[in-house]
Amino acid sequence: MKKGWISYPYIIWMIIFIVVPLVLVLYYSVTSTTDGHMVFTLEHFAKALQPTYLKVLGRSVLLALISTVVCLIIGYPVAMILSGRDLSKKSTLVMLFVIPMWMNFLLRTYAWMTLLDRKGVINSILGVFGLPQINILYTDSAVILGMVYNFLPFMVLPIFSVMSKIDRSLIEAAEDLGSNSLTVFLKVIFPLSLPGVVSGITMVFMPAVTTFIISKLLGGNQYTLIGNLIEDQFMRVYDWNFGSALSIIMMLIILISMAVMSKYDKEDTGGVLF
Amino acid sequence: MKKTINRIYLILIYVFLYAPVLTLIIFSFNNSKSRANWDGFTLKWYAQLFKDKQIMASLYYTLIIALLSSLIATVAGTAAAVGIFGMNKRLRTIVMNVTYLPVLNPDIVTGISLMILFIFIKLDMGFLTLLLAHITFNVPYVILSVLPKLKQLNKHLYEAALDLGAGPLKAFFKVILPEIMPGVVTGFLLAFTLSLDDFIISFFTTGSGVSTLSITIYSMTRLGINPKINALSTLLFAVVLTLLLIINKRSSANGKDEAVKIGSLI
Repeated sequence: MKKGWISYPYIIWMIIFIVVPLVLVLYYSVTSTTDGHMVFTLEHFAKALQPTYLKVLGRSVLLALISTVVCLIIGYPVAMILSGRDLSKKSTLVMLFVIPMWMNFLLRTYAWMTLLDRKGVINSILGVFGLPQINILYTDSAVILGMVYNFLPFMVLPIFSVMSKIDRSLIEAAEDLGSNSLTVFLKVIFPLSLPGVVSGITMVFMPAVTTFIISKLLGGNQYTLIGNLIEDQFMRVYDWNFGSALSIIMMLIILISMAVMSKYDKEDTGGVLF
Repeated sequence: MKKTINRIYLILIYVFLYAPVLTLIIFSFNNSKSRANWDGFTLKWYAQLFKDKQIMASLYYTLIIALLSSLIATVAGTAAAVGIFGMNKRLRTIVMNVTYLPVLNPDIVTGISLMILFIFIKLDMGFLTLLLAHITFNVPYVILSVLPKLKQLNKHLYEAALDLGAGPLKAFFKVILPEIMPGVVTGFLLAFTLSLDDFIISFFTTGSGVSTLSITIYSMTRLGINPKINALSTLLFAVVLTLLLIINKRSSANGKDEAVKIGSLI
């Protein structure tokens, strides 16, 4: 089937709606308008490197990293239990895991405000048992909690799908050869599950570092991550040039982290996502 | 012992996952408008929901945009995948790398870049820009679902059809399309779900008067979510749950495979 022409409409579409918009972002990031004409400048990138904005950038990366690690620690055992053979009704359990994602994610995040509120559901329950109250709403902890809550399935599902494909006879062979369950895990299960871990880390880190809604809802109005900063430039401050420069920086962060992750990803696991 | 620990751990995780969902559902029956106090059971939000013009309009836009954009993306994406498959290697690599861009790029960057484009070419923000944006981020997912199926296809099938006297169009619709159909359907479902769920890209590419459910909900978060939205989400959630349960029941014979499929699809 040599029918290249059939994709020409798509190629034209692609150029207009994917390539041109990104070129425009790049264009705005390196120009500025003075007295009605455009001049080339790197001032917007220089502005992004000022301590105030560098701090926001650092905090975005740090919070995303913490959330990714927490997701991995919580999610890995979940994937392992779900893929275990001694589990009846496995498909129902996996489905139960995905179902909450079908409810609008803004609403689910908003519901955490109800739960975490000073006089909210969790504190009421804690109060009944006479336990100390927790007040984490509008802090880093609430933002991390929101990220972990929203992105946990992205960590669990790739690991689960890789683990389900592990050949059971490999584990049995290791057991026959005298390994205890810890050795089996460290020498057989864990190395084989690594491709899933790698795609899980990528799939959690990327949305976490770019989010602006979770931080806006659970972090309160004053809270800024790089996503909030970009949104502000386009929706409130109307500084498109600075916003574009920040977007380019965000794209670079994503590209670099993906390049780093693909180094650890020996096999091609592109199929896990789809 | 190990089994008990596993079970307790899973229960804790499910409590964590379902706590906000349950909160939403419970508060949809709350008589008071506040999200902090329980003031008796009521169904009034469900009754008022259908009279709320703003919510009904955003539900309509959400569904119509999701349906239109995923249908157009499926047709365009399938055609594009067939074309890409027939390309020489160098061109294919370039096209595929560009196709991956909206998938890999942060949504916020895709959103603002499209917004800049629409303002640049002086297109009024509204239904059309929203639809164009949704098609743009949906097409790559269709292509990525269809391409693997094309690769699995027997190369000589199409030639055999031609040899037997079918025209190129007939050969495509009678021979190729049925073979790649599972990929096309997956692509459509993926596109539909992504479009239904999208907030960020819609947020930057819509104009006044046209808003999807996500955008309406977002604008409400500043003043407090109306319990009517809780009621609507509860209903939608119930619909999805029922559909999933039916699918699950029908295919529970091959339970394990299904679990893997669900896990890797979403």
